[in-house]
Amino acid sequence: MAFESLTDKLQNVFKGLRRKGRLTESDVKEALREVKMALLEADVNFKVVKGFIKSIEERAVGTDVLNGLNPAQTVIKIVNEEMIALMGSETTELSFEPGKAMTVIMMCGLQGSGKTTTAAKLALKLSSKGKKSLLVACDVYRPAAFEQLRVNAEKVSADFFGIEGEKDTLRIVREAMDYAAERNDNVVIIDTAGRLQIDEVLMEELQNIKNAVTVHDTLLVVDAMTGQEAVNVAETFNEKVGIDGVILSKTDGDARGGAALSVKAVTGKPILFTGTGEKPEDFDQFYPDRMASRILGMGDVLSLIEKAGEQIDEDREREMSSRLRKGKFDFDDYLESLNQMKKMGGMSSILSMLPGMGQMLPKGAKMGDISDQIDDKKLARTEAIILSMTTEERHNPDLLNPSRKHRIANGAGVDIAEVNRFVKQFREAQKMMKRFPQMMGKRGRFKLPF
Amino acid sequence: MAFFERLFAGLGKTREQLDDNLAEVFDRDSIDDDFYDDLEELLILSDIGVAATQNIIDGLKQDERSEHIRKPAALGTHLVAKVKEQLEKCPADYTFEEQRSVVLVVGVNGAGKTTTIGKLAMKYKEHGKKVMIAAADTFRAAALEQLEIWADRSKVQLITGQDGQDPSSVVYDAVSAAKARDMDILLIDTAGRLNNKKNLMEELKKMKRIIDREYPEAYRETLLVLDGTCGQNAVSQARDFKDATDVTGIVITKLDGSSKGGMAIAVQSELSIPVKYIGVGEGTDDLQRFDTDDYVKALFYREDNTGDGDETE
Repeated sequence: MAFESLTDKLQNVFKGLRRKGRLTESDVKEALREVKMALLEADVNFKVVKGFIKSIEERAVGTDVLNGLNPAQTVIKIVNEEMIALMGSETTELSFEPGKAMTVIMMCGLQGSGKTTTAAKLALKLSSKGKKSLLVACDVYRPAAFEQLRVNAEKVSADFFGIEGEKDTLRIVREAMDYAAERNDNVVIIDTAGRLQIDEVLMEELQNIKNAVTVHDTLLVVDAMTGQEAVNVAETFNEKVGIDGVILSKTDGDARGGAALSVKAVTGKPILFTGTGEKPEDFDQFYPDRMASRILGMGDVLSLIEKAGEQIDEDREREMSSRLRKGKFDFDDYLESLNQMKKMGGMSSILSMLPGMGQMLPKGAKMGDISDQIDDKKLARTEAIILSMTTEERHNPDLLNPSRKHRIANGAGVDIAEVNRFVKQFREAQKMMKRFPQMMGKRGRFKLPF
Repeated sequence: MAFFERLFAGLGKTREQLDDNLAEVFDRDSIDDDFYDDLEELLILSDIGVAATQNIIDGLKQDERSEHIRKPAALGTHLVAKVKEQLEKCPADYTFEEQRSVVLVVGVNGAGKTTTIGKLAMKYKEHGKKVMIAAADTFRAAALEQLEIWADRSKVQLITGQDGQDPSSVVYDAVSAAKARDMDILLIDTAGRLNNKKNLMEELKKMKRIIDREYPEAYRETLLVLDGTCGQNAVSQARDFKDATDVTGIVITKLDGSSKGGMAIAVQSELSIPVKYIGVGEGTDDLQRFDTDDYVKALFYREDNTGDGDETE
């Protein structure tokens, strides 16, 4: 994780600088070289980096080193602010045609950037906003692209239109429009074939689609792992076809996502959404500020809090916190918190959003090493153990004698030692929970017991 | 020549950018810190990667001292040599194409695994091999249908599973079938997975274990497919996939439109995994063996220097 080491590097640069109270030009220059290398390592485009560094330099020279903030933090703060500014200061929402009028969205991008998957995710996202989408299969080149979109449409309960074997994309989109009107759909999402930006013929195909029907939003899907090339891709697509927004896919990988910064900087078009996983619901609004602080290794607490709010059933939460306030915590509660965690994308996903995780790791260790110990498979076994208990056992953990434990182990398909380990772990959690009423204010939110 | 020309054209943007900037750097009067700093930046810019760049720069500094080089211009040829050195650390070995073998194909989502398998199958078939494909991507919608079309085109056998089935069981079936039907090459397509997904990497390990256990007498090859437009993350991907499945070779796809390609150097230099194939276009013939000389030429040389470009293979 580049930016975590960036923090270290900057701290080294500024070691012993505190007494100075003011950053000199050469301090800043040295620090910015580290920032520059880190940004290049993170795949931010070279030209973008240059402009970026210049604007930071202007701001940083002569800045008072604030009390409480050390120089490294001051520079990071400026970098962070500039990065947010670069990615677009505020969240941009997709706009729709008023009332029941139809909004037409066209997806485009390189091969393998994730257009087909993203199209379905978008349809699902829009359905939660009360829109009814039609997915149109316009990738007439890749084998089975038609089938892939059809299956995905089914998964997200969106309408689907395609003409199998038809190579004429214009005929497909025209007929799709009629079909959408017939089905009372108010959003049409056209999935197109992946293409290289230098492929003149295929780029023209996109223009032709835009000439044939009114396309309100052309969205470019960019793989978060893209390198220096991101700028050329975005620039050319914007020039030749004209794009209105960007979707950043595969952000759940460990790529640093410098592509995001670059694309926004050269096209000026907003990043609207990010793909965050393999499931259709793994699709989030893009928040520049959160992304910036995540890239800088400052964690993404805001996203985590929001995610928790979205996924946790309010009623259950209230019920649970009232039980907890009374100091009660049994196996069912444990199971419940496991399930909530799973909904939030599993342990590793939560860990990566916590601030300071980078610094807590020993040198050379990766996030994966930590989630090793609490990995999601282990959670599944824990779940199996609880599910193998009777209702009474779940409510009254004291019932568990060796013979019961033996039965549970058999039922869950684990070793009895693992059942013992888990019960011990549960006791610890229970102890912690007993202290919970004091820890939690009157209106405090329920926290996960891990 | 056609293939080389496409590669040359594909890497054109890198070369242009590198060329202009390199010319500026190497035209300077003296070798100083600024010279090395700027050169370092240029190499990173072509996605060569931080570690490989460091190696190259260190090598140049050594040459400068030991050979008393004073002018940047004199270091130019050294640079090309150093880059080649990085690439020649681990020569590619194509034994798997000669012997009875199982080829496991892995990579992140959208890298081009299925297409690569389709093209390889076609190629081996043309060379008179008995080829079988296993569709162990049971996750992505229509992955199977996509392979079916490829298998049809190249008229090779296809072993399939159900959507959502444990991919390892497909691997097991395929290995048994390949043995029973006396296949020369079994190509196994796996679902795309991001390298930081612990569970999915475990799933790959399991597939690898099954192949090792069920078919130890076969030559076992694991090919990692990397997207040519990918940046620094390529190294991270290669490292994680190597840890999980002992990757023996790399395929870089989509090098035709991209200004990238430096990652070929990064991956070989940092992880000592040879690049075996590169893809420069949609056609079956556009997937070819990787050739160091061609690659370095395509990366550094100007148009008028390509006259002596050798044919690949």
